[in-house]
Amino acid sequence: MAHAIFFYVFSTIAIISAIMVTASKNTVHSVFFLILDFISVSCLFIMIGAEFLGMIMLIVYVGAVAVLFLFVVMMLNVAQQKNQWFLSESSSKHIPIGLIISTLIFFELIIVIGGWKYKPDLLNNENLLTKNALSNTHSLGQVLYTDYIHIFQISGMILLVAMIGAIVLTFRQREGVKKQSYLKQISRERSEGVELINVETNKGVRVDD
Amino acid sequence: MEYVSIIFGEVYKILFLLVPVLVSVAMVVWLDRKVWAFVQKRQGPNVVGPFGLLQSLADALKYIFKEIIIPSSSNKVIFILAPIVTMTLALIAWAVIPFSQTQVIADINVGILYLFAVSSLGVYGIIMGGWASNSKYPFLGAIRSAAQMISYEVSIGIIIINVLLCVGSLNLSDIVLAQQNLWFVIPLFPMFVIFFISALAETNRPPFDLPEAEAELVAGYQTEYSGMMYAMFWLGEYANILLMCALGSILFLGGWLSPIELYPFNLIPGALWLAFKILFLFILFALVKAIVPRYRYDQLMRLGWKVFLPLSLIWVVLTASYLFYFNLLPTN
Repeated sequence: MAHAIFFYVFSTIAIISAIMVTASKNTVHSVFFLILDFISVSCLFIMIGAEFLGMIMLIVYVGAVAVLFLFVVMMLNVAQQKNQWFLSESSSKHIPIGLIISTLIFFELIIVIGGWKYKPDLLNNENLLTKNALSNTHSLGQVLYTDYIHIFQISGMILLVAMIGAIVLTFRQREGVKKQSYLKQISRERSEGVELINVETNKGVRVDD
Repeated sequence: MEYVSIIFGEVYKILFLLVPVLVSVAMVVWLDRKVWAFVQKRQGPNVVGPFGLLQSLADALKYIFKEIIIPSSSNKVIFILAPIVTMTLALIAWAVIPFSQTQVIADINVGILYLFAVSSLGVYGIIMGGWASNSKYPFLGAIRSAAQMISYEVSIGIIIINVLLCVGSLNLSDIVLAQQNLWFVIPLFPMFVIFFISALAETNRPPFDLPEAEAELVAGYQTEYSGMMYAMFWLGEYANILLMCALGSILFLGGWLSPIELYPFNLIPGALWLAFKILFLFILFALVKAIVPRYRYDQLMRLGWKVFLPLSLIWVVLTASYLFYFNLLPTN
């Protein structure tokens, strides 16, 4: 019974916060609701026994991705734009397109979940079922690093290429930027930095640099 | 009826853990100031109680009786939520810390991941506080802090992978038990040093206390906070530092295990050994605060991404190849 109570609590929080992500006027609040959504979904993961996935969800999505979201939203001041957009007439034009896309996604999900439920041979889950005795961290490791290591490596390479591409696209050489060389700073001697000059009275000294 | 007794048992256990943690946080603040003072040839707090031991208590009383000021243009809900989040996250992490083989509230399979997740959530208290204050200094402090904590978390995560390669389990008790013959501080000493420095950066301690660099940012994200809300930030910060010390002693210094398995040392209970190790690491933290000047921000980022990350990655490859070559990889 306790299990059911916790399930309903977490799923209600997840659904309400998911709705609030789109409904709240303040963009920063939307991101905070998104974080709440992530946290309750990871609680649901833990409840079905996938504790590794739940924790990874917390670490990756809440600990890193959502922080970046929050940065962007706070810095760009999207709040104002979103408010203007809500108030303007043009916002209603986008509603049909949004509806079409969301119904498409909905039907895709139904096909996937329905197929998984009613046609078990659609999905090859032999690998997962045979290693059920292991803890889910171990079985995930088995699947990723032993059974499908090449696919895993290829996806890693694709991510690396995407990362390098993003860096190359945004990289620009700027002129006139002063940079410090740590090696130079450390290896500076007293004789290079300090110079003793005899200053004549009433004449001063002129240091050329 | 059954549920009620279970809940009462759990609450009892939680209180039995949290009250000592909070008291030791107060004591540790006193210790921090005392060490700092002795390094600089000062007396430190010495007025309230014997040796000034009750100084933190007096400070806490002062904070309680001060007015909580909420800036009128702040985002009030998030402003109030921020110190609560910091404090809660600093305390819930203690649930998985094993004080001996049996004394642990939640002995979960993915204990180390839980600790890592909670410490990565710690950023939110700071970002929320900094943003909700609606003021320039707190916002700058919050941004600095978030960037710093995310950068150093990466290297801490990879250092944890090093230890996990030697253990073969994510359970904290297993990690401690794997060190029965040899503490990991000996084979993984460079990783211990990097972990210690990253922990300094992760908890915003000097020399990496740029989020609250008083010369540039007044008090960073805490600028607008006063009274009990400020005290909660401050308590949460020190609870986090203690937590990092506990994590360090579990990962590298053998947790509750005694250094020598001989007669007089065996009598001391494991929880006390863990406390000694935490205190040892904390005194190191305090000494670093007293000795080292503050880093510049670009140097801090360079250290995190260009020095610690590659070093710890190389060490992962080394550890893995060593274990693989000598057939020492743990199997279970």
